[in-house]
Amino acid sequence: MVETKVNNTIFINGNEVEFSNERNLLEVIQKTGIDIPTFCYRPDLTLYGACRMCVVEVEGRGIHASCTMPPEPGLKIKTNSERVRRVRKVSLELLLSNHDRECTTCERSGDCELQILSNKYDVKDLRFEKLQEKAEIDDTNPSLVRDSNKCILCGACIRACTEVQGKSVLGFSNRGSKTVCAPAYGNKLEDVDCVYCGQCAAVCPTGALSIKSDVDKVFEAINDDNKTVIVQIAPAVRVALGEQFNIPAGENIIGIMAAALRRVGINKVFDTSFSADVTIMEEGTELIGRLKNNEKLPLFTSCCPAWVRHAEQNHKNFLKNLSTAKSPQQMFGALAKDVLCKEYNVEPKDFVVVSIMPCTAKKAEAVRPEFSENGVQEVDIVLTTQEVFKLIQSAGINISKLTPEEMDMPFGEHSGAGVIFGASGGVAEAALRTAYEVITGKTLENVNFEDARGLDTLKEFTVDLGGKKIKIAIINTLAEADRVIEKINKGEAHYDVIEVMACPGGCIGGAGQPVSCKDRLIKGNRKDGLYKADAKMKIKKSHENPSVKTLYDKHLGEPNSEKAHHLLHTEYEERDIWNVEE
Amino acid sequence: MEAIKQSLTSEQKSKLNSILKKFGYKKSNLIAILQNVQEVYRYLPEDALTYVSVKMGLSPASVFGVATFYSQFSLNPKGKFEIKVCDGTACHVRGSMPVFNAIKKKLGLTDDKITTDCLRFSVETVSCLGACGLAPVVMINDKVYPKMTSEAMSIVLDELLKEDM
Repeated sequence: MVETKVNNTIFINGNEVEFSNERNLLEVIQKTGIDIPTFCYRPDLTLYGACRMCVVEVEGRGIHASCTMPPEPGLKIKTNSERVRRVRKVSLELLLSNHDRECTTCERSGDCELQILSNKYDVKDLRFEKLQEKAEIDDTNPSLVRDSNKCILCGACIRACTEVQGKSVLGFSNRGSKTVCAPAYGNKLEDVDCVYCGQCAAVCPTGALSIKSDVDKVFEAINDDNKTVIVQIAPAVRVALGEQFNIPAGENIIGIMAAALRRVGINKVFDTSFSADVTIMEEGTELIGRLKNNEKLPLFTSCCPAWVRHAEQNHKNFLKNLSTAKSPQQMFGALAKDVLCKEYNVEPKDFVVVSIMPCTAKKAEAVRPEFSENGVQEVDIVLTTQEVFKLIQSAGINISKLTPEEMDMPFGEHSGAGVIFGASGGVAEAALRTAYEVITGKTLENVNFEDARGLDTLKEFTVDLGGKKIKIAIINTLAEADRVIEKINKGEAHYDVIEVMACPGGCIGGAGQPVSCKDRLIKGNRKDGLYKADAKMKIKKSHENPSVKTLYDKHLGEPNSEKAHHLLHTEYEERDIWNVEE
Repeated sequence: MEAIKQSLTSEQKSKLNSILKKFGYKKSNLIAILQNVQEVYRYLPEDALTYVSVKMGLSPASVFGVATFYSQFSLNPKGKFEIKVCDGTACHVRGSMPVFNAIKKKLGLTDDKITTDCLRFSVETVSCLGACGLAPVVMINDKVYPKMTSEAMSIVLDELLKEDM
């Protein structure tokens, strides 16, 4: 048989372009370096075709949305014809007509996609009258602000909540011009089963869903002479913050961050990777105990507050399986308010612990009542990566003039194991590095568990710990967690250890990170940045961190000791939000 | 956070369960399930919607979306007498709006408040009842009232009121 060669090319603005496995015209066009405007198109979510911004003119067929049209050989496309521009501009006018255009006071001002495109398309006069009445702003929860006056109904938040987290907290209600995107019954987020992961805000093109800013609280504390203000910086932040300063994703700027934060007025700069090492000591010891007694397995990790809240809502049968170890953020706070306060001779109420996190759910975690002692929170203020950028900018610090500085001791000292916590699989890998040596008594020569790494939502592998085969599952996204738990419930799967992170790729994909929903490569670059940082570290195992050893020798005794339990462990409660039991 | 209070009685729950069972808890049967629930309550109470969603493995926000999309579903209590004023083209040109306004005025209702406080009457317009030759047409529950005027409507309402005493 003679093979006929199909010519897989299309013509974009007169230029012949080859296509292969691109999913739609949009991807083919973008490959050629032409930027197509989009609102609802998110490469990691399903196609929706609602916003009509990506329209192109297809010869002989008229105007089509390029995001939902597959490439066909021979298509002749114009991406910027008069007709295309007119359709896009009218769409923008219509979207803007009902939009709350108080841009200067909007959280997303500057990086709002609607604002940027309206500028690019030179929208000056709006011919259409505003019809919608002002809706109430939902800002009573600690993490997120929902302002439907700024919603353009692109549905990205609904798709993220449904496809990534399997929750569908948000949905469209009503019809036609009365359509709104809201939780069930128009409730507030705090009254429904939201876990504050913020993935909705991470894909929102406007300020309709945004991170609740706590930047002012930090300045207030810095300017109060009675307060000592310290920060802890989470692993994933160091490889992402640079993006906001036009430094490539994945570049570790922890030293610059330390220098900048000291100039902002922070007294001490510490590292959450230190308390991540402590987490491994506690959680690792817990795991070894459970494996020995063969009880409460699989052990689920408990570092991710969105996962913890989801488990409390939907998987109450497994609450006893969650590690009782607090998350690294809370361990840091508890240790700071105890050990550091004594060392510096400061009252806990005058000692302000600020966390810098890639995460919006950490804000909700910090205010959980069990994480306060005598009315003083372990962690006082949580800033996301996006907010710390604002903090540095607002203080007038020019980072290009700074040279990297060291972290403060002792809570700035950390191992490579503590750093990889920021990527999906990192917690399990860090735990294995320690558990292997404790269980076998041998030195682990190759510390890299490649099976644990990567952005896949589910990774499974088995390790041999001193003759015992341990089956491990590493999960990111809550939708995947639900699928795995269903299999466990049906008896189709069995694991000893399950790491769960709610955000895609782990904390590096957290909703507090710089907006990255249009670029599929950024998460991978951030992940590589963390493993590169680990590779450079001299100390790669949590139990070899000298400051962790000192902490146990001087203050805590053994892992899982009474003191350690008091400071570093917690319990969980059932949260039956919908309460429909018989 | 406190769990949202559920006010469904066990009797109501078993009624909802039998509806769900009848339709095999299937997502593709959601509209039929909601129609059956609405037959029980004459509207869709939040508690019933939540119950149905959780039992079907759907999120309440998604079910709420379906319930608010279709005009056949009501999230507010409907009256014992559901008055539907046809406002299709034929009825409209033959004066359905004066009839509609007369009903609202007599019952003290507005565009936002469509059910009387005594829960006896609710009124709304529909697009076409398919009885254009009898325009303007009003339907109360299952009964059709042809060629209505404001005056005739007033008499009909008075009679219904008397009947329901």
